Amino acid sequence: MLGHPLVTDTFDVLIVGAGIIGAACAAECARGGLKVLVLERESVGGGTTASGMGHLVVMDDSDAQFALTSYSRGLWNQLAPSLPPDVEYDSCGTLWVAADESEMVVLQQKEQSYRSHGVKVERLDGPALREAEPNLRRDLVGGLRVVEDAVIYPPCAARFLLDDAKSFDLEVRTGCSVREIADDGAVLLDDGTRICSGICVNAAGCDSPSLTPGLPVRKRKGHLVITDRYPGYVKHQVIELGYLKSAHTVSTESVAFNIQPRKTGQMLIGSSRQFEADNTAVDHAVLAKMLRRAAHFLPTIGNLSAIRVWTGHRAATPDKLPLIGPGLTSDRLWLATGHEGLGITTSLGTGRLLADMILHRASDIPVEPYLPARLTAGDPQHG
Amino acid sequence: MDEKLTIFVNGKPISVARGTVIAAAVAQSGATFFRRSVTGEVRGPLCGMGICFECRVTVNGAAHNRSCQALCEDGMRIRTDD
Repeated sequence: MLGHPLVTDTFDVLIVGAGIIGAACAAECARGGLKVLVLERESVGGGTTASGMGHLVVMDDSDAQFALTSYSRGLWNQLAPSLPPDVEYDSCGTLWVAADESEMVVLQQKEQSYRSHGVKVERLDGPALREAEPNLRRDLVGGLRVVEDAVIYPPCAARFLLDDAKSFDLEVRTGCSVREIADDGAVLLDDGTRICSGICVNAAGCDSPSLTPGLPVRKRKGHLVITDRYPGYVKHQVIELGYLKSAHTVSTESVAFNIQPRKTGQMLIGSSRQFEADNTAVDHAVLAKMLRRAAHFLPTIGNLSAIRVWTGHRAATPDKLPLIGPGLTSDRLWLATGHEGLGITTSLGTGRLLADMILHRASDIPVEPYLPARLTAGDPQHG
Repeated sequence: MDEKLTIFVNGKPISVARGTVIAAAVAQSGATFFRRSVTGEVRGPLCGMGICFECRVTVNGAAHNRSCQALCEDGMRIRTDD
């Protein structure tokens, strides 16, 4: 796939961005024997990686999304025993809840789809759901537990992925702001330094379009609330089935109920999605709508104390799939970006696939659905 | 102002005047601390004005209420995590 040998002035692979995607790509490339440099403007895992929930989840909006999320979650499950305590891995599972009979139909389809692919799931009827999550409203008709979904603390996971590969040829430089990526794979830093590499991977998330002009990656804003410690208030990551609609349409603004228990007893409450909202300010109208949605499913949640609210931006692509592989302008400029709300889960799969392509190894799942080349194929709505 | 209420601090009945903040009633009860920190240290009121969150107690089963910011109500049940 490469037009050039991996012989350069300094590095085989230079990765821009030490979010969880850049970290996973760097670790996999280094493990594959490549000399790797990661450049990060701020701190490891400090951008979108630090803004989200850290939910390791299998999603089936499309076959390609299912393939990447289930492959990646499998890699996380394998890694779990080696994760240090500060990554806060918690195999709490996901509980999708259906509010009415029409959602129950969707839930059953989801169950069938997951079962047919070997994903471990359990169906809960109304009484079983009430027993599993007593604080949920009493009239929900059922739920689907995805047993092996889990939760982590993403910034520490990003740092761990890099630390865990430090016996390989991997260097991380923070405080390095990249001004430009040239077609020959070299990068120019803000301080004028030029660093050469065989391949440069743009893993800059929401900032990736500023380094690769024309990239169809848009910022999709989200809000999260974190509560004080109420251990056991919810036991699973609980999500309304309507979330699928919120997450997978490209409407300007939407909210959906999504709550996550943390090991501390705190809970993260989401979720909101907004395009054309590049600022980081808390939007109180959206926040109120999001919390009303949570209270609709958890009637007593208003009695709990929230201690902080923040926002973040997801790097969204038009077809809801990430961009992984060689870019469109040069075979030395690669991409690993556009993971929207699934980057924590799909980081490990992304790292594997990217390293497989660079090293000409066979991949465990087909890479084609994620190749940036699809952007020029005409139809933007894959899967 | 002379009207008396009875509240229960860790099960012990305490008689207080209407208008008493919960923190004062907890202090009156002889409880030696209001809550424990995550690492197990004992904590009690510091700022007295709702900012520091050190005086949190459980009120009628609801955790993390600032005792300096709410008034006693008759029959109220307070826990101080001891």
